[in-house]
Amino acid sequence: MTASAPRAATDAVLSLRGICKQFGAVAALTDIDLDVAAGEVVAVVGDNGAGKSTLVKVLSGVYTPDAGTILFRGEEVRLDSPAAAHDMGIATVYQDLALCENLDVKANLFLGQELRPWMLDDVAMEKDSWRLLRELSAKIPTLDVPVAALSGGQRQTVAIARSLLGNPEVILLDEPTAALGVAQTAEVLDLIERLRENGLGVVMISHNMEDVRAVADRVAVLRLGRNNGVFDAADVSSEDVVAAITGAADNVVARRAARRAAPRTEKEVP
Amino acid sequence: MTSLDTPVAPATDPQDERLAAPQGIGGNIRAAARRVRDGDLGMLPVVAGIVVIWTIFQALNQTFLSSTNLVNLSFDMVPLGVIALGIVCVLLAGQIDLSVGSVSGVSAATTAVVMVRYEQPMVLAILVAVASGCLIGWIYGQAFNRFGVPSFVVTLGGLLAFLGAQLWLLRGQNAINIPYDSALVKFAQVWFVPGWLSYLLAVAAAGGFLAVGWARSLRRRRAGLFSSSVQWLLAQSLLLLAVLLFAVYYLNRTRGVSWMFVLFVALVLGVHYTLGHTRFGRSIYAVGGNAEAARRAGIDVPRVYTSAFVMCSGLAALGGILFASRLAAANQSTGTADVNLNAIAAAVIGGTSLFGGRGSAFAALLGVLVIQSISSGLTLLNLDSSYRFMITGAVLLVAVALDSAARRSRRAHGRG
Repeated sequence: MTASAPRAATDAVLSLRGICKQFGAVAALTDIDLDVAAGEVVAVVGDNGAGKSTLVKVLSGVYTPDAGTILFRGEEVRLDSPAAAHDMGIATVYQDLALCENLDVKANLFLGQELRPWMLDDVAMEKDSWRLLRELSAKIPTLDVPVAALSGGQRQTVAIARSLLGNPEVILLDEPTAALGVAQTAEVLDLIERLRENGLGVVMISHNMEDVRAVADRVAVLRLGRNNGVFDAADVSSEDVVAAITGAADNVVARRAARRAAPRTEKEVP
Repeated sequence: MTSLDTPVAPATDPQDERLAAPQGIGGNIRAAARRVRDGDLGMLPVVAGIVVIWTIFQALNQTFLSSTNLVNLSFDMVPLGVIALGIVCVLLAGQIDLSVGSVSGVSAATTAVVMVRYEQPMVLAILVAVASGCLIGWIYGQAFNRFGVPSFVVTLGGLLAFLGAQLWLLRGQNAINIPYDSALVKFAQVWFVPGWLSYLLAVAAAGGFLAVGWARSLRRRRAGLFSSSVQWLLAQSLLLLAVLLFAVYYLNRTRGVSWMFVLFVALVLGVHYTLGHTRFGRSIYAVGGNAEAARRAGIDVPRVYTSAFVMCSGLAALGGILFASRLAAANQSTGTADVNLNAIAAAVIGGTSLFGGRGSAFAALLGVLVIQSISSGLTLLNLDSSYRFMITGAVLLVAVALDSAARRSRRAHGRG
């Protein structure tokens, strides 16, 4: 198999090449490559400390990388701040959602970018809110309740809908299903598929192998801050991904077995 | 009216079959009753509290609800109410200001010193006092944002420091009297809205309520959104008109509606608009609800904190000026004693959460009405401040306990 060869930069809406990030003596990210095309869901998986969160923060503009280039629509860009990333068209949904529980759904959707700052246009904002939520086929019965009254899945929906307000091209989801029950997880996975249908590039950080295999087109594995393989989600087994995550395959026996069994899980081990 | 009543395509928002949209006046009343049962009490407890307090005091002393006493009440509640309005702003942002009493005292002293000792015009005195109040708020904001000192501590320091400043300004004088013929004193003692104008204002207020509601309803219909029925809006407007007309009529039986009270209501409406209908007001609620979320949404959180402190101290300074004008003097005890805690209690009794993000400008109006009614009633009964402190304390406890119970109920019924 494999692993899809690194695509041409023109094909991808967002590409990382050789990204490095150092915190003191710790190399959090080393030589990371990642490509996301429009209408594609790329899952980034890895163990604790593999560098997933750091990668999200690099993409969302919180951290600037020490080395490497970020290409957005084929052009090299600098993501100096979250606002810069957002303005460029990279939206981030953080793991803790960052919603104000005391405000209602439409206030949360438009927080910080309300229409008509000196005489809020509630009607237009409510209309837009419904349009957004309809696009996502979201199941939220009324916009008048404070977010505190919504379920976990509904909150995730609100957070994702909010990230879509600026018409982004790439959306980063940090652990979107981590705190959700079975039904709510399914709702969010539906939502991610709808984002893909709408032509967005989706980067999804996840721990949950089932969810990853359910929606991702490709799975990028990080291990100890390095690329440890990119797999096509359609024909890779969970075991192979887990092996890449844990490095279980990274020993003499496994390498020998791998050579014998023809390239089943070709690796991009540096 | 027909333009609103004609059925159009079903509104976008109540399409979800799980949602029951209220129909007609009866439906709206039932929906409101259900909200209250679920713990979404809104203004109900404080209104009920006012009714109970007024009934008790009227039973104990027949003059309590007399027109004369209510006119006095409408004067006396204003300075404290203006201060409580500032407290609402700072509580909404999730902070606290314990120094409003001292700030109002220092502002009263400043006004008197500029006006009387330095013989400057009144307007200048007021401007200097309010500007120093705003400066104090700005300093609080800087101390909070830059040095991370909790607002509790910053303003506790301010409480002492500005009490000292007040004493220093008065420098040994027990009080500086403000001349009785100055506009400042007349404003707080003898200036009333002419009878015809007061009725006109009442009609204009109810008419404005109707017009705003009507325009909103029309826009929502046009946008294909659900809007509550015309009958309900008309019923609300008529009720408001009746209440306002009766209040104006009753006050006009003696001295009438004071300009000072009109100023207070105008301030409440102004703050209400700012909090509820501007991006800035929305950001105060957001910061009070979840500061980190607000920051990630691109809101300049430190600036919001500073603005809240400035609004609070500025309004406290204005309240201090009104204390001085009501008393026709600034003395060493202006703004001391229970002013601080009464202002905070008024905001909380009115339904502002101590934990940020919940409440409205009307909380100050209704809360201060409760506090001032208790104070006025006990004065009429010739009971001294020892009783007033104890009773106000008990009312505050009841209000906060009720709020906590209502919050649990809201959680249980999915109303946040």
